[in-house]
Amino acid sequence: MWFASPDEVRERLAAVDYLADDGITTSVFLAGALGKPLLAEGPAGVGKTQLAKAVAQAAGARLIRLQCYEGLDEARALYEWNYKKQLLRIQADDDAWEDIFSEEFLLERPLLKAIRSDEPTVLLIDETDKADVEVEGLLLEILSDYQITIPELGTITAARRPYVVLTSNATRELSEALKRRCLYLHLGYPTPERERDIVLAQVPGLAESIAEQLARTVAMLRGLELKKSPSIAETIDWAHTLLALGRTELDEALIGQTLGVVLKHNSDQLRAAKELGLPARS
Amino acid sequence: MNTPQASLIERHVGFVQALRQAGLPVSPAEGLDAATALTVIDLARRETLREMYAATLVKRPAHRPGFDTLFDLWFPPVISPGDGGTTGGGANPDADDPGRGELPELRDRLADLLMGDPGDPAIQRFARAMVGRFGRLEAAAGRQSWFSYPVLRTLSPETLVARMLTAMLAERGGLPEKIARRRITRNIEIFQEAVASDVRRRIAEESGIEKIAKSSVRPPIDQVDFLRVTKAELARLRREVHPLARRLATRLTIRHKRGHRGRLDFRRTVRSSLSTGGVPLTTHLRPPRPHRPELVVLCDASDSVATFSHFTLLLTFALREQFTKVRAFAFVDTVDEITKLFAPGADVLDAIGRMAEEADIVRFGRTDYGHVFQRFAERHADAIGPRTSLLILGDARSNYRPPALDALKRLAGRARHAYWLNPEPHAQWDTGDSLATAYGAVVPMHECRNVAQLAAFVETLA
Repeated sequence: MWFASPDEVRERLAAVDYLADDGITTSVFLAGALGKPLLAEGPAGVGKTQLAKAVAQAAGARLIRLQCYEGLDEARALYEWNYKKQLLRIQADDDAWEDIFSEEFLLERPLLKAIRSDEPTVLLIDETDKADVEVEGLLLEILSDYQITIPELGTITAARRPYVVLTSNATRELSEALKRRCLYLHLGYPTPERERDIVLAQVPGLAESIAEQLARTVAMLRGLELKKSPSIAETIDWAHTLLALGRTELDEALIGQTLGVVLKHNSDQLRAAKELGLPARS
Repeated sequence: MNTPQASLIERHVGFVQALRQAGLPVSPAEGLDAATALTVIDLARRETLREMYAATLVKRPAHRPGFDTLFDLWFPPVISPGDGGTTGGGANPDADDPGRGELPELRDRLADLLMGDPGDPAIQRFARAMVGRFGRLEAAAGRQSWFSYPVLRTLSPETLVARMLTAMLAERGGLPEKIARRRITRNIEIFQEAVASDVRRRIAEESGIEKIAKSSVRPPIDQVDFLRVTKAELARLRREVHPLARRLATRLTIRHKRGHRGRLDFRRTVRSSLSTGGVPLTTHLRPPRPHRPELVVLCDASDSVATFSHFTLLLTFALREQFTKVRAFAFVDTVDEITKLFAPGADVLDAIGRMAEEADIVRFGRTDYGHVFQRFAERHADAIGPRTSLLILGDARSNYRPPALDALKRLAGRARHAYWLNPEPHAQWDTGDSLATAYGAVVPMHECRNVAQLAAFVETLA
């Protein structure tokens, strides 16, 4: 059992500086209680990866991370045979054909490592949408039965079920089969009230009034039709910037000067300057 | 099986059924997951229950608004006691009657709530009390029902804005006022939604959930018909453009890489074979050359299909990286190039506004496809070459003018591919002044009524 109730999730995540709302606590709790993987989807920089790290830290578990990218394959996600060692072994001993497919020659990759781990483990499969569709097929066996089949060795079943978190930026739609096996958590931009608390927790030393102004301004920016809305991570960067500048009041001029921290497209900056009535930059 | 458990299961099954009717793809396995989860959560906490159902059954953000509406109907926050007007049943006697008092007093209370935290449950309680007090009206002779507008008209939160701004700000104007305004507007929206939700709940109590459920759930945003889009939905659609473009772009590049494997990269293969004693265990291939078509978009800018063509143009330009060259032309009854309005980095909303003012696309103001094709062939024929894909966007309704099929045939013949996207439902083609079949015989015509169909088409294109 990972967590006893959604309230306990909230407390323990708060203890590691992750502020969770009802949606997050309920799904984090359910993923532990039902033993199902948790799929966290949402725009970049809203704390998806951070959630997995916080869960691992809160539960005192080891974090194993599989970073997905285009071209990720079985050999780098699951396991691989150590060809070089096998070749050497065969060259050294002609009768070794039987033994070269054994534990000794098996290279563990993140998924296999998570399945075989005896201690509590959080398996983070990061940016699942970046991987090819075939990788999803590979994940299905692991996510539904917590087992891996290696043709030469047989099926390896999890000694202890890992807590699995998948993240996705929704650059492509994940397959129905994968989504069906997971609990789904959509992480969006937080309310200004929650964002203020997040900023205060992440940036110690920032005055509460300026955090409030910051959160409301960012909420306003997100309301504009921008190419890329500012993420929570960028709000925190902004807070760090203001802290470094030693300013205590967020006014139009200061926003205009530091807008580049949160908006990274020229057209977005122009639009924000127009809509918020900021002084024109020289 | 005891009764409370049986009724819980019944409600669960009914709810899952209702979600399916509203178009959410809930599989039996997911329904079972939710039922299992019912046994591990605290059923008395409504928000936990809501998030539990959301986590197990709703796997697309676009489905969430519809889900929330249905959840509020199937698991209402309160149940009206008998036929009394006000809501009762709370433990706290103070919070119990937020609906008492005269109108000015109520408006004061509303203003206080709207300046506070939007997550405050007092807003919901107040909304319920107000619906109980003002929401009942005669719908037809001898039949009463519940409505939102008498509540909102009586309290009229919009007229409180000036007062609230004065109370919240030391001085008016500038950015602080914009921020305060936004905060108030958002809270008013939450209040309106709370009122609407309570009205639905009361109607459901009186005439059954199924009846109200059907009419109160809007289809998810990617299923919304382009030609019936509301203003708020249009704004949401525009916000969808960039995520959609990014999604399509990734899928298109992945497909390209898969499509035809490149040639053998001899140097890398030999280099890597050294570590396996000269045996080339893995071969390396050169990345294939990407195929990038040129795109010419010819788009109907008349009012009848405006939302459709705007959205499609935005998407085309957001997908610019996928095409070596994009040129766009707009027409009503004559045609002009609008590519420069959509230059990289330009503001899309401006571009649309300027299209109507600057481009020379209107002569008499009634769509005339025939004239447009002839004119295009005369003036811009050089835009179309053997590498070009020609994309025509429009409803093919030409006000009974001559169709100029020959001109279109010549244009389509010169292009590598030609496609026509029609935002009208297939059943309405060829009715009235529609020339769908005639044009469709020259240029293959696809029905394209919502974002989902548009996305599916773009994938076949590149």
